[in-house]
Amino acid sequence: MPSPQKSYSGSEDYLPHRSGPAIKAGRRVFSGFDSLPGDRCLEIYKIMVRARAVEERTLKMSKSGEGIFWVGGPGEEAFNVCLGLQVQKGCGPAFDYLHLHYRNLGIMLAMGMSMADHIRQMAMTATDRHSRGRNFVCHYAMPEWNVIPVTSVIAVQYVMAPGTALMQKRHGGNGVSVVLGGDAGSSEGDFSSCMVWSTRPGNELPVLMIVTNNGFGISTSTKTQHSERNISDRGEAFGIPGEVVDGNDPVATWFALERAFEHCRTTRRPFLLEAMVSRLHGHSSSSGAARVHNETDCMRDFERRLIQEGVIHRELAELVWHDAREEADAAVEQVMSEPMPTPDDVDRFTYAPSPVDAVYPEDYTGLPR
Amino acid sequence: MATLVQAVRLALHYGEEHLGVTDVFGEDVGPPLGGVFTATQGLKTAWNTPLDERGIVGTAMGIAYAGGRPVFEIQFCDYAFNVIDLLKVAGNQRWGSAGAYPMPIVMMTPTGAGIRGSMYHSHSYESWASRLPGWKIVMPSDALDAYGLMLSAIIDPNPVMVLLPKALLRVRGDKLIPGEPDDPAELSKRIDAPLGDRSKWVPDWPAVEKYLIPFGVGELVREGQTATVISYGRTLPLCVQAADELKAQGFSFDVIDLRSIFPYDWQMISRSVLRTGRVAIVNEDTEVTNFGEHLLRRITEEHFYDLLVRPRLVQGRHVPGIGLNPIYESNSVPQLDQIRDALRTLATDPA
Repeated sequence: MPSPQKSYSGSEDYLPHRSGPAIKAGRRVFSGFDSLPGDRCLEIYKIMVRARAVEERTLKMSKSGEGIFWVGGPGEEAFNVCLGLQVQKGCGPAFDYLHLHYRNLGIMLAMGMSMADHIRQMAMTATDRHSRGRNFVCHYAMPEWNVIPVTSVIAVQYVMAPGTALMQKRHGGNGVSVVLGGDAGSSEGDFSSCMVWSTRPGNELPVLMIVTNNGFGISTSTKTQHSERNISDRGEAFGIPGEVVDGNDPVATWFALERAFEHCRTTRRPFLLEAMVSRLHGHSSSSGAARVHNETDCMRDFERRLIQEGVIHRELAELVWHDAREEADAAVEQVMSEPMPTPDDVDRFTYAPSPVDAVYPEDYTGLPR
Repeated sequence: MATLVQAVRLALHYGEEHLGVTDVFGEDVGPPLGGVFTATQGLKTAWNTPLDERGIVGTAMGIAYAGGRPVFEIQFCDYAFNVIDLLKVAGNQRWGSAGAYPMPIVMMTPTGAGIRGSMYHSHSYESWASRLPGWKIVMPSDALDAYGLMLSAIIDPNPVMVLLPKALLRVRGDKLIPGEPDDPAELSKRIDAPLGDRSKWVPDWPAVEKYLIPFGVGELVREGQTATVISYGRTLPLCVQAADELKAQGFSFDVIDLRSIFPYDWQMISRSVLRTGRVAIVNEDTEVTNFGEHLLRRITEEHFYDLLVRPRLVQGRHVPGIGLNPIYESNSVPQLDQIRDALRTLATDPA
């Protein structure tokens, strides 16, 4: 393997040294009749690698004592990265709102979040911008990108999305409220509530409902609990168009997301997209998070296709992996030197300052005195 | 003088016009009904929702995330038990996001007994609500307080729950809301929707004015020397009546209307207990882990050597519900007789 140069962004960073150009002109990667140009594929691939590298590094932290609990989305990188690259990123109802669940690191990296901002939450530091060391990893909260705080309470995000979508529809423009959950969470009433509230006659809402179907809720197979053919079929009763896509295929996913977004942006009505994905490290560190080898690995599959199609070559792939792992290691090293919360942090941010509160005008300060 | 429910309506109207309320919503909240208790008749931002309390709470949160200022109604607090996890999440959004996401939502819901509401329209909620950190919980016992607390709830940028005592919703206040017409009949004519076809009706809102009751400030509605009585909501006027009746027997009471369940006015409680050495707390919630127990714990811990006699808690019985036959209600939640007896016993207990 050639001596790597540190470089993390932009396909041109890898060109044209050592083994010739990475992207051969005109190369496209196909999925059925759909195809993506090589440079887009390389962009997706590189973020997927970074997502996998930081997931694996974070998972290691849960075993090394640098963190406590790991949960995440290895196996969902293809879908997440394609989604993140299509989000209209910004703050307020002119932009997309993201009601995520806890397997969506790839979305955030694709939107431009640093690895360190993921790792800080794992390391529970005071510098954790999402929760100041209060929440599990992958539970992001970023108002500047409309990323609504992620909860561990399954499916509650589905009843919040109609609220942001309502404000987007009033505001005008083409902002969409994207809400994601797993297949198991679709059993919750909140999932049905989202369909009801998004399709009130005359008040339809631009909600892009997404189910990433990995086939399991912790240890329980979806097939043993659900009899519907596809979860996305449930939208039909509400007039919500839907689609099932192979979420392990970035090309198919890219176009399925384009269609779904386009529907919501132009009609201001909901869409239900079901993506079949893998779960490569089980539910979380609570179940050991050992690597699962009998499921499709979107990462390796896509890499193989890119090499086969001549979009990249083996040495470049190895370089991308090397750089991503180095970036993750460097981020962990950096984060572990950062301060931890202190006992003084316990009460902070309970209340926003209030002009009408005689006891807590600034914030919570313990029981009323 | 407005009734308590008219005061709520006037406050919401003021909120729409002057405080940025964007949405008032819930089951039957919009036209034609304007709320099963009429709290939202004629409001320009009022709209009806599906019969789905979880959707109501979640949508309110979504509206707030996107910059709106929603007020939502849960039709009866009895139907707020299936949303308690969402209320918990709403209360932790700012804390959990390290200050990134405030949650300026107002939930209002009728609470308590007193209207022969049977098993599913008589619950109390304040003890449950007091276990939702991040929220502020208030309960008025008269019309003017309802107005002032509702305006504060709208202004406060945190989740605020306004518990409305069902039994007092139709009770007329004895103090005018600033800007309210003097004549109750005129007020009714202007803001109460007519029976029958309302499709062409529009309210003629009086120019009510800003009037705030800060959170954490109780009201000393009676001043006395013998003992302290702390209450709120439906039982507050009963405590006042009992205290007034016992005056003839030579007893006088500090009667504190807490108004804010959380944050509560500890200074007012503490000052009074320090002075009287005798205290009773009266509410109608059930007696196991009743919110009053928290106040008793603090009073006992911080005023143990100031107390002349054991403190009391007069409360609802720990039974699964309130039965329809009036015999159940009158024997489940505190009534005037029971409160009067408790106060007399408190007053005469040898120190």
